[in-house]
Amino acid sequence: MTVLGPRTGSEAVALYEKNPQAIPLAGGTDLMVAWNRGTLNHKTILDLSAVREWRAIAKTETGVLIGSLLPLSELQKDPVIFEKFPLLVQAASIVGAWQIQNRATLAGNIANASPAGDTFPPLVVYEAVVHTVSPHGPRSIPVREVFAGVKKTTLGPGELIASIELPFLKQNPDRQLFRKVGGRAAMTISKTAAAGLLWLKPDGAVKELRFALGSMAPTVRRLRAAEKFVKGKKLTPEIVSEALELLKKDVSPIDDWRSTIEYRLRVSQNLLEAFLLGHVPQR
Amino acid sequence: MITFTINGKKRTYKGLAFKRLIDVLREDFALTGTKEGCGEGECGACTVLVDDLPATSCLIPIGQMQGRAIETVENLGRPDKLHPLQKSFLKHGGSQCGFCTPGILMSASRLQTKKHSGIRKAMAGHLCRCTGYQQIVDSIRNK
Ligand SMILES: Cc1cc2nc3c(=O)[nH]c(=O)nc-3n(C[C@H](O)[C@H](O)[C@H](O)COP(=O)(O)OP(=O)(O)OC[C@H]3O[C@@H](n4cnc5c(N)ncnc54)[C@H](O)[C@@H]3O)c2cc1C
Ligand code: FES
Ligand code: FES
Repeated sequence: MTVLGPRTGSEAVALYEKNPQAIPLAGGTDLMVAWNRGTLNHKTILDLSAVREWRAIAKTETGVLIGSLLPLSELQKDPVIFEKFPLLVQAASIVGAWQIQNRATLAGNIANASPAGDTFPPLVVYEAVVHTVSPHGPRSIPVREVFAGVKKTTLGPGELIASIELPFLKQNPDRQLFRKVGGRAAMTISKTAAAGLLWLKPDGAVKELRFALGSMAPTVRRLRAAEKFVKGKKLTPEIVSEALELLKKDVSPIDDWRSTIEYRLRVSQNLLEAFLLGHVPQR
Repeated sequence: MITFTINGKKRTYKGLAFKRLIDVLREDFALTGTKEGCGEGECGACTVLVDDLPATSCLIPIGQMQGRAIETVENLGRPDKLHPLQKSFLKHGGSQCGFCTPGILMSASRLQTKKHSGIRKAMAGHLCRCTGYQQIVDSIRNK
């Protein structure tokens, strides 16, 4: 095993270009599980953990840039992220547990591209942008376009995530929700995870709904059909129950040892229903 | 060569960069207080402090510990001079077989809250097959 240890972003890109077969390493909470199972034997590892410039949080007029190596526990402590992006903070606070969050990074969660990545529903409703660097230069990708399938991303050869940008919302949402459903309070893989943002007009009709589900398809899904359907409508029980039917259009849950299709669908629909009917307590 | 501190003492390590921190602690430095339960990050038994924060040492390649401060249960107290947490665990029955206890003590030593819900949340990454958890929460709350 060879370990490459770049100290700057440009060094990381250069080393990765010279060693295209190398596997990037951040907090190691996904990779070390693979290592312990022996699947990384004889591989070359590009250890990014000493790249200090990728550990920072930067604020701009339009949003917040989260460095790719920032541990999830640090992200939760940032006052601006806490105030403006509470759903991401909530998601970060249930990834594994405290000992995991002190090591795990947002970029690692994204690049790992598990269908059950818990930060993805918030990232997708906040319409985050992933900034990458590679020998071909920098690239900015809407987060939903990063996910190509189970454990697959659209990152090209030699491409590394440098930061994740959260654009400020134009208006505070009237309602918001993050909820993970799993088999244990911590260290658990989600059966389903939901994030929602809702803006209402003065008359109570929907101005905009953004709702995303994790663990319900190979990649995180926005409920485009339901979002479009409720737009401009008042959230009566009839409208809501139609939206619940439409939820199925954007997901394709599977049966596995963790859960069943029926359970996943029912719980997701219950979460959407509670959110749209205003039964989810707001802080 | 990698240099770091373990329990306040400067240490160097010259072996493989991908040896796990838990193995380095137990095999290279004979600090066997830290236990391995699952080897997958799930049980918390191997928790140590890295720069004052709890982390599961089964998921850390030693190569990432350059310049870091590592603290293990050996540094918490000694049989003749127990840490308040250790005394409290004895008093409240927070430990039975003891396998989970070193990791739990390390996380608990960094806990800022005394609230029941806060303790439960912060300690949720630790599994214990013996106590049923209530005694652990009591031990931490009443230290
Ligand atoms: C016990 C346990 C519980 C867990 N619980 C959860 C959970 O509840 N929810 C959840 O979503 N996840 C969970 N995870 C998975 C994991 O903790 C997260 O996915 C974490 O965010 C990964 O980040 P990392 O920095 O540790 O990634 P690493 O393991 O270092 O890397 C993960 C992947 O990302 C790639 N990568 C890392 N950084 C970059 C970069 N800058 N550019 C390009 N590629 C990069 C790596 O090559 C690798 O493929 C859990 C893991 C464990 C061990
Ligand atoms: S042995 Fe490390 S978490 Fe279980
Ligand atoms: S005391 Fe035996 S596992 Fe906790």
